[in-house]
Amino acid sequence: MLISAIAQGFLWAILGIGIYTTYRILNFPDLTAEGSFPLGAAVAVTAIVSGIHPVVATAAAVFAGMGAGLVTGLLYTKGKVPVILSGILVMSGLHSVMLFVMQRPNLSLLNHPRLYDAFAGLPNYFDVVIVGIGTLILVVSGLLFFFYTSKGQAYIATGDNESMARSLGIQTDNMKILGLVVSNGIIALSGALIAQSNGYADVNGGIGVIVIGLASIIIAEVVFKEVTLGERLVTIVIGSVLYQLLLLAVIRFGFDTTYIRLFSSSILAVFLMTPQLHKGLKLDRLSGKEERE
Amino acid sequence: MNGLLELKQVTKIIQNESDMNNTILDHVDLTIREGDFITVLGGNGAGKSTLFNSITGSQPVTSGRIAFNGKPVTNWPEEKRARFIGRVFQDPKMGTAPRMTVEENLLLALKRGQQRHFFPRRLKENREDFKQLCASVGNGLDNHLDTPTGHLSGGQRQSLSLLMTTLTQPDLLLLDEHTAALDPKTSKRLMTLTNQMIQQKELTCLMITHRMEDALTYGNRLILMENGKVKLDLNQEEKDKLTLEDLFVLFEKEEALETV
Repeated sequence: MLISAIAQGFLWAILGIGIYTTYRILNFPDLTAEGSFPLGAAVAVTAIVSGIHPVVATAAAVFAGMGAGLVTGLLYTKGKVPVILSGILVMSGLHSVMLFVMQRPNLSLLNHPRLYDAFAGLPNYFDVVIVGIGTLILVVSGLLFFFYTSKGQAYIATGDNESMARSLGIQTDNMKILGLVVSNGIIALSGALIAQSNGYADVNGGIGVIVIGLASIIIAEVVFKEVTLGERLVTIVIGSVLYQLLLLAVIRFGFDTTYIRLFSSSILAVFLMTPQLHKGLKLDRLSGKEERE
Repeated sequence: MNGLLELKQVTKIIQNESDMNNTILDHVDLTIREGDFITVLGGNGAGKSTLFNSITGSQPVTSGRIAFNGKPVTNWPEEKRARFIGRVFQDPKMGTAPRMTVEENLLLALKRGQQRHFFPRRLKENREDFKQLCASVGNGLDNHLDTPTGHLSGGQRQSLSLLMTTLTQPDLLLLDEHTAALDPKTSKRLMTLTNQMIQQKELTCLMITHRMEDALTYGNRLILMENGKVKLDLNQEEKDKLTLEDLFVLFEKEEALETV
């Protein structure tokens, strides 16, 4: 059970990192995630079932997610549709796209190859752990390389201070589109890997995934404060694993799984409110922390 | 004479909540020549900031034409105009990226208006230059190269903004009351630094200020804006003759008009 939860944590961490690249770096919430995640699953599973190699199928899922991000990005920057609404429109539209891709609401991978088969000789769940860690290394090092290029720095600046970025000649609209494309590609990758681990894809598989992704980010930020960008990405992995262990513990203690979503949302809501609670209770002043001007 | 930047009949009209047309800039003609250091005075709502926004392109104009070195740029977006325009904002928070360090901000500014590629950013190669540059300001900025700018004082942030803006020698420097948010001492020091840089780098500059002494002390040309128009445009000679009292009189007249 424990190793299974850790393995799941690694796969969900990919989602958390994808969400982080828009939510924390560009500073806006992108709801496309709830559509691009199951889209990645649907594309990967359909491709595998129709005889395509799992590696190629997973890559196809990534491209599908990037496409979804591109649509959201164009709606937001060129169409001037508010970003939350753009995400909702794409997320909702993707439901039909998934039905079109799979031709049914859900599709099983029973008796079909998976990415994890390459490590089939290992004990249970270790294949998932290895694929998870390998993918995380690829994603994190790829993102870090990008963030420390000239373009990546312009990307970070766009989220940090948009008017300054524009005054320095950074094309902030293109940066936002780029962010949404990359982010949703990563999110679809996570969807593809989780679907292969679960053994099926479902059109409704995206409900609540943003909460899971945000949970790993928030846990990472609460446990590890003041870290560099690279360290932050690694701590999201730890946050994601901790979150899965927390869920496991909750279930072990006999908590009714009907309420698991409510439980997750409540925990997240409390964490998100902490800055406000601090202010209200004047805890900042007590601990001597005051914003420097 | 051909100017560096020419504004012809630039007008900006915005609609307020009750759909009333509000003319912020009213057929402004202005020619900025190379080497000009123009101080811009005007009461609240005179259109100073809108004039700046029209020049940078952060706000589209309703009508009129803007040309840079004879080339029409009226429809260029702000990002494209950044190639030749540098701007320091009034609010210290506006000019720097708070989560990025001082040296990262400088590196961003070094590439003003250039294409940014997927190549490593080359921070180390520039670190020594940045350190010397920051040391030249003399307010301890050089000890904070790897501090996120959000942790700096307002004065440090504004001097960093100024360094960032002048790093690439912009053809036109716009200062939008850039010392107004600082305490008097810091404000004075930043103004001295600003003047030094403008003289040293022979920059063409437009500076909005609320401090009439500064408007008289600095620059070689002074314009006074009122109700969206350039009411006065004084050259060096006329400006030298102007006294603080004259300016106060001009302003009182303006305020009297506003209250009518």
